Formats: sequence, C-alpha cells, structure tokens
Amino acid sequence: MILEKNDWKSYTSEVIRDLTPGAFLSILFLILIILVGLFAPWLAPFDQAEILTNESFEPPSDLLWLGSDFLGRDLLSRLISGVRVTLFLALLITFLSFIMGVGLGFLAAAFGGRVDSVISRINDALLSFPALMLALIVINSLGSSFTVLVVTIAFIDMTRVFRVARALAINIMVMDYVEAAVVRGEGKTWIILQEVLPNSLTPLAAEFGIRFTYAILFISALSFLGLGVQPPQSDLGVLVKENMQALLYGEYTNIYPALTIAAIAISMNVFVDWLLKRSSAKLSEEI
Amino acid sequence: MNVFAMIGRRLLIGLLTLLFVSVLVFAGTEVLPGDVAYAVLGQAATPESLELVRNRLGLNEPIHVRYFVWLFNFVRGDFGASLATFGGSLAGQDIGTELLNRGWNTLLLAGSTALIAVPLAIFLGLTAAIKPGGLVDRILTSISLALISFPDFLVAVLLVTVFAIKLRWLPAIASIRPSYDFLDWVRILILPVAGLTFTILAHMLRMTRSAVIDVLSSPAIEMAILKGVPRGRLLVKHALPNAIGPIVNVIALNLAYLISGVVVIETMFNYNGLGRYMVEAVTNRDIPVVQACAMIFCSVYVIVNLISDVIAILSNPRVRYPK
Repeated sequence: MILEKNDWKSYTSEVIRDLTPGAFLSILFLILIILVGLFAPWLAPFDQAEILTNESFEPPSDLLWLGSDFLGRDLLSRLISGVRVTLFLALLITFLSFIMGVGLGFLAAAFGGRVDSVISRINDALLSFPALMLALIVINSLGSSFTVLVVTIAFIDMTRVFRVARALAINIMVMDYVEAAVVRGEGKTWIILQEVLPNSLTPLAAEFGIRFTYAILFISALSFLGLGVQPPQSDLGVLVKENMQALLYGEYTNIYPALTIAAIAISMNVFVDWLLKRSSAKLSEEI
Repeated sequence: MNVFAMIGRRLLIGLLTLLFVSVLVFAGTEVLPGDVAYAVLGQAATPESLELVRNRLGLNEPIHVRYFVWLFNFVRGDFGASLATFGGSLAGQDIGTELLNRGWNTLLLAGSTALIAVPLAIFLGLTAAIKPGGLVDRILTSISLALISFPDFLVAVLLVTVFAIKLRWLPAIASIRPSYDFLDWVRILILPVAGLTFTILAHMLRMTRSAVIDVLSSPAIEMAILKGVPRGRLLVKHALPNAIGPIVNVIALNLAYLISGVVVIETMFNYNGLGRYMVEAVTNRDIPVVQACAMIFCSVYVIVNLISDVIAILSNPRVRYPK
C-alpha cells in the first residue's frame, strides 16, 4: 500500500475502521487528560493552594466534588493541577530522552565500528544500574528540583531509547535503498535524516508512548517517596503521599490521584499495544 | 568457544561492572555542592571544627586515595559511621550493624515475594503461551497490561484500604517489635508481600509468555512437531531446555522492579528495611549510608544478572555440545 499525500481522508477512515473499542476509549481518555492538563488553571473550580475549610479529608460534597485534602484545600482543583505538572514533566523527560537516545542510537548504527562499540559499551554499563538507584544517588547529591528530576530521568530513559533506536537503525542500514544511497554518494547525515528516520517513525512512536508511561510512573514513585516534586509544587505522586492519612479516616482522598496515574498509564499502554499490532498487521499485509 | 571460556569471560565482565558501579556510586555521592563537613556540622561550623571533621572523615586526602580507602573498607565490610547520627561527640551510629539488621528484614520481604511471584508468574506465563490469542491468553494479557500500568504504590494503597481499614483484618503499618513471634511476622508481612507480588508478577508473566512463544515458534520445535514427537515429550525434551535460559533471564530482569518496589513498599508500610534506610538517608543527605545502600542494591543486581547469564550459558544445548 502506497500512501499519497492527498490520501488523508481514506487514511483517517482506515484508522477509524481498525479502531478497537479499547483503543477508542484510550484515545478519548488521553485527549481528555491532555485537555485537562492544557487548560488546568481555567478548569479548576478553586485555587489549588487556597485553604477552603478547617476540616481535613472532608467527604465529597456539592461544593467540593472530591472533598478536601489534608489541609482543607479542594482536592479536585489540586488533582487538575497535579495532572498538569505530571504531564508537563513526563513530556519534557520523554522528549529529552528521545533527542539524546535516538541521536546517539542512529549515530552508532550509521558509523558502526569503533564509534558504535564505545557508545554501546558505555550504555551497557549504565544499564547495569537499577534505575531507581541511579536517581537516588543523583538526588542525594544535587537535591530535588524540576531540572534535576527532568535531566536525571531523561538520562536514565535515554539508555533504553538508545538500544531501541540503534536496533531499528541497524536493520534499516542494510536495506537496498540505503546501499543505493551510499553508492549515489549521499553523506551519513542525509542517510540518517532521509532514510533511517522516516522508516523508523512508527516503532519510535510506540516506544515514545512506552517511555512516556514509564516517566509518569517513575516520577510519581519518586514524589511518593518524598524525593520528587517538592511542595508547594505538587504532582499526582505528591497528592498520593501527602494524603496518606486519609486512609486512616476511611476517606478515599489519595486513591483518586493514584487511580488517575493508573488510568493515564493504562490508556497509553492500550493505545501503544494497538498501534504496534496494527503496524505489524499492515506489514504482513504488504508482504 | 567452550563453556569455561564463556563463563570466565562473563565473570570478568561482571567484576568490571562491579568496579564501574563502585566508581559511579562514589563519584555520584562525592560531587556534593559544598562540603560534607558543612553538611555534618550545620550551625556548629567554625573553622576549627570544620578542620577537625575533615581530618576525621579523611576529606583532606585527594579523591582517588579516598576512593580506594572507601572501596577497600567496603570490601572488608567496614561501612563507617552514619553522618545523620553524628552528634557533637563525632561518633555516629555504625552502619554495618544497621545494615545487617535491616538487610535481614529486606531479604525476608523480597525473598517471600520472590517465592510466591516467580512460580506463579512462570505458571501463568506458560498457561498463556500454550495457546496464544486464546481466551485464557487474552484475559491474562489484558489483566497484566493493566497491572504494569499501576504505580508501585497503588495496589498496596488499595490493599491497605480494604484489608486494614475497612475489614480490619491486618495491620496497615508493618513496624517490627522484638517480641514478635512467627505469626506476628506473617500478619505484618502479608500486605507488603501481596503489594510487591502484584507489581512484579505482571512484568514477569508478560516476559515469560513472550519468551516461551518465541521458543515454541522456533524452527527446531517446528521440526520436532513435523517429526511427530508426542506433545508431552515435545514440551519437556525440546521446548523446556531452550526456554530455561530466557526464563531465568526474565526472573533476573525483574529484580530491578523488585528493588524499586521494595524501596517504595518499605517506605509506605514503615517497614524497617534497607530501602527505607536509603530513602531516609537520601532525605537527610547521609552520604556514607547512601553509598553503602546503593552499593548493596547495585551489587545484588549485578550478581543476580551474572548468575542468570551463567545459567543461560550452561542450559543452552548449543553451547554444551559444541559441533
């Protein structure tokens, strides 16, 4: 199947035809979450930092839809702003890790030989660390700020992205059309940008979804440990941690943010699963 | 290359990895902005007391000397003294005794989890892999896809809500008292172990499933099917030997999830283990404790991966019977 540029309409209808109910719901939910993140300040019914009541862990009411948190702030407003912070950090982390990981991976595959083995060995060595340990060591030395969190987790993620990007690029580098380009006298940069990149977009997009989920879970875990996002800023992990006491009062205050994290991650995983299955089905159709 | 040469090579790589880990742990914890001596003394820092602490901690030595002293002491089992408990007397709590004590607790938690999760995951993974795309497979893969999307603490939070708060069957906090007998230990461990099991079970199940499907679709197995080997013999004699390597690898890989899970679950349940020790140390910037804990967690990870690779080498028929 060859896709023409003005084929968008048939392409879209084909995608819609292939949608499974699960994938459809996931995409819907992800769009909703992204909108919430984008328009958080306008959607929140109250200022997330404002103390509205003297009661901690008030049950949900007409005024406070999800009740109040441990300081008597509106949980719904804090949840909405938490979604914004979590999404923002996770996106930044994933973009950064992809720029580094894909860049280095393609470089290693395109040049091969010495360059490849040096980069790959360093990467293997870094992979011999459990990810959380690497993060804890850095946070111990530099403290926990947005910059430290983003750079550290992006660096950890990069080691995984690198392996995927390198493997993809190595498979493409042996294709006939790349050999033809080499014979034509095209440079490495041209080959990476014009041949390798376009041909690895779908698997890279799937990997982006996986890494994005991983970043959300990782940063939530760090915040839950009290080593991630620091108050007064709060992401979803902080909301789970700071409202732990609610459980003792029989309230579900910190279960809402925990479930929000899970719902985002589940939708992303279902979406990626569908994307991968669809692209491999397309591939076998073509063959 | 024969088996011994391969194992020897792998052992050498493992040793080098451990050395690299130690360099990175040391460098990562020693590049503090400011001075450890300041961190220890805080308000009480005068030029004289700073000099005293620096001498005491060996901070005036060049960095490579300090690294080798530290590494040598670590290998000997001398972990130094905790900085957070450094009173005016300059005699902090000995880290070694604390590590031993908490190490046992963590081993108990992680060990019980592994004992439950590993057989269960392999059994469920095999069940799913026997008929890929079948009903059982679809149910198991969907549930595990949802479970791997859960943050480490979610299952534990839900378990605490139901079994500790609503039903009041089990304690919500797993603090340890010296008077505890076996049943008390079981009572406090059930919820943390259950929470941890769920977090690693899903990953392990998915990996086992795909490893077994991989092996079952290999040309060797197809050949055996065409030859008419009976089903039981096919699984035990042909598929299993080839699947041992990948499955052991899956178990080792999941140790990474187990390590981060242990850290989160111990903190959540206030369980007196190594993971919580490390989190507290990072919060207080207690550098010697962070170094010791990081080295222990990382070494366990590297060594388990090493063992799994050696098993994979030994279990690979192609390596055992060279042409």
